Amino acid sequence: MVLLLSKRIGFMIFTMIIVSMILFLLLETGLTGDPATRVLGNFASDEQKELWRDQQGYNQPVVVRYAKWLGNFATGDLGTSIRYKGPVKEVLLPRLWNTAILGFWTFAIMIPLSLGMGVLSGMKEGSILDRTISVFGILTTSVPEFASAVFFSALFVFGLKWLPGTSSMSGGFEFKQLILPAMVLVVYDFGYVARMTRASMAEVMTSQYIRSAVLKGLPYRQVIFRHALRNALIAPFTVIMLQINWLLSGVIVVEFFFAYKGFGALLLEASLNNDIALLEACAMVAVVVAVSSQTLADIGYTFLNPRIRFS
Amino acid sequence: MATTTTQSTTQMPSAGYGAALWRGIKSFALLRESWVGMIGAFLVLFWVLVALFAPLIAQFDPNAAIQPFAKPGAVAASGHTFWLGTDHMGRDILSRIVWGSRTVLFYAPIATVCAYTVGILMGLMAGYRGGLVDDILSRISDIILSFPVLVLYIIVIATIGASGFNIVIAITFASSPGIMRIVRGLVLDLRNRDYVAAAQTRGESDWRIMLFEILPNARGPLIVDACLRLGYVIITIGVLGFLGLGLPPPDPDWGGMVNETRQMAMVFPHMTLFPCIAISSLILGFNLLADGLREISLRD
Repeated sequence: MVLLLSKRIGFMIFTMIIVSMILFLLLETGLTGDPATRVLGNFASDEQKELWRDQQGYNQPVVVRYAKWLGNFATGDLGTSIRYKGPVKEVLLPRLWNTAILGFWTFAIMIPLSLGMGVLSGMKEGSILDRTISVFGILTTSVPEFASAVFFSALFVFGLKWLPGTSSMSGGFEFKQLILPAMVLVVYDFGYVARMTRASMAEVMTSQYIRSAVLKGLPYRQVIFRHALRNALIAPFTVIMLQINWLLSGVIVVEFFFAYKGFGALLLEASLNNDIALLEACAMVAVVVAVSSQTLADIGYTFLNPRIRFS
Repeated sequence: MATTTTQSTTQMPSAGYGAALWRGIKSFALLRESWVGMIGAFLVLFWVLVALFAPLIAQFDPNAAIQPFAKPGAVAASGHTFWLGTDHMGRDILSRIVWGSRTVLFYAPIATVCAYTVGILMGLMAGYRGGLVDDILSRISDIILSFPVLVLYIIVIATIGASGFNIVIAITFASSPGIMRIVRGLVLDLRNRDYVAAAQTRGESDWRIMLFEILPNARGPLIVDACLRLGYVIITIGVLGFLGLGLPPPDPDWGGMVNETRQMAMVFPHMTLFPCIAISSLILGFNLLADGLREISLRD
């Protein structure tokens, strides 16, 4: 167990270092174009570029620059945003908080919904309810986030006029503005989790111990709640944790669409404006969140599943 | 009858190409048993035909500014009808959607095939050779897969620039590790089969065994995955277009059309709704097709 934990955490740190190297190589070196041109624009003179390179320390050897950059990152100095004319940290933190709120509500709705639907359809594989839920799941995962955002806006904003069309929260926090972004994310993501839960539930339902529970005359309700669910919900735990990774992609689209001031919109803005320091910080945050949620998923799965824990 | 033929094919991988093709057609004919798969196949076929016959269907030049802000059903000065209206620049939306289907159905399969070529080669090597090769390839794919996908696309596109070719590169880079994992898993299962041992005794080279003995027998799950992945690649191309990182304007691109007109959706909903319906129906087609194919493959 301890060995497994340290292995997983070791791999997590290794991944983050490799990712930081890739980011550095892509954004900070001449590999994919001159960083000075990228920041100052195509019309900057050579002298300006040279001056900028000197100021920013671009004339030092790559290895030294990478070590410095990583050191700054590790100590919390994320650099200065060109677009916001201030420390990246001050721009990033409130945005992250906003996305955390959006993510929280998305998960709070998606998890019960997808687990419930998955369990219902896995209980009786091949039933009409099962087929309906799985086709519905395919239908919702087939609509890209931006398209469902358009459909929902057309219905709830322009048609029924129930909800506001943008979520910029310019007049302070308003829960009403959170509904549409969360709804779009839930609709896109729940199909996959429901499908995984269904598969897990269906597998458990065919197992020996469920058959004996049914044969010894236990009420169906008791078989499901006492025996089946416990084992069937182990696999979905991992899937839900891994869903955080997908959510990080989803928030970019949804926040951009609804003008929600979150982390995803910031990342996109940074990349469209060539704000390298900001883009690096955002990308690193995204990777840290993704990799640590994957590690947690692995560790949690081992912890929940005694067959792995004790072997 | 059908069941016995497909079963026997899995045991005899080295029949002629004509026979293989015939069997492929036969197994697609099995789709009629799954109405979900049929609907999917119909949707995909519909868009393929639209893309093929785009010049015949579209009545206007997709990039020509004719009459801005026309409502669906309005009649142009030339006597043709704007069935789906026009956008803010006066371009006919139906023509743009029809020509846009060419863009999508050109880049999505190319990107998928590239990703599959890289992923299959990596997966075959990792699964068949094992050892150090496997370790290195698996670690690399773990690292790439740990990225949130869209973040990876944004970084790659932001550094190498937005163009059709670069989108193909980005998709290959981001999705081949996932394909590699699937292929590796299948190879680990297949490499201990008798026909592989027989080929090894015959003295066939590793690559010959991988490509002609193992790969054909792993095709079932791969075809299903390819269908799902095609749908996902279409989503990716659409999302990149929507975020302004897709193909450069003015050529029609469904995601880009939504991005350009979404600010006007309140007054002119037709500008954004129709491209969204187009892209969703095509993706739905591939996903339903994949579901139908999986159902059939499970039945055999």
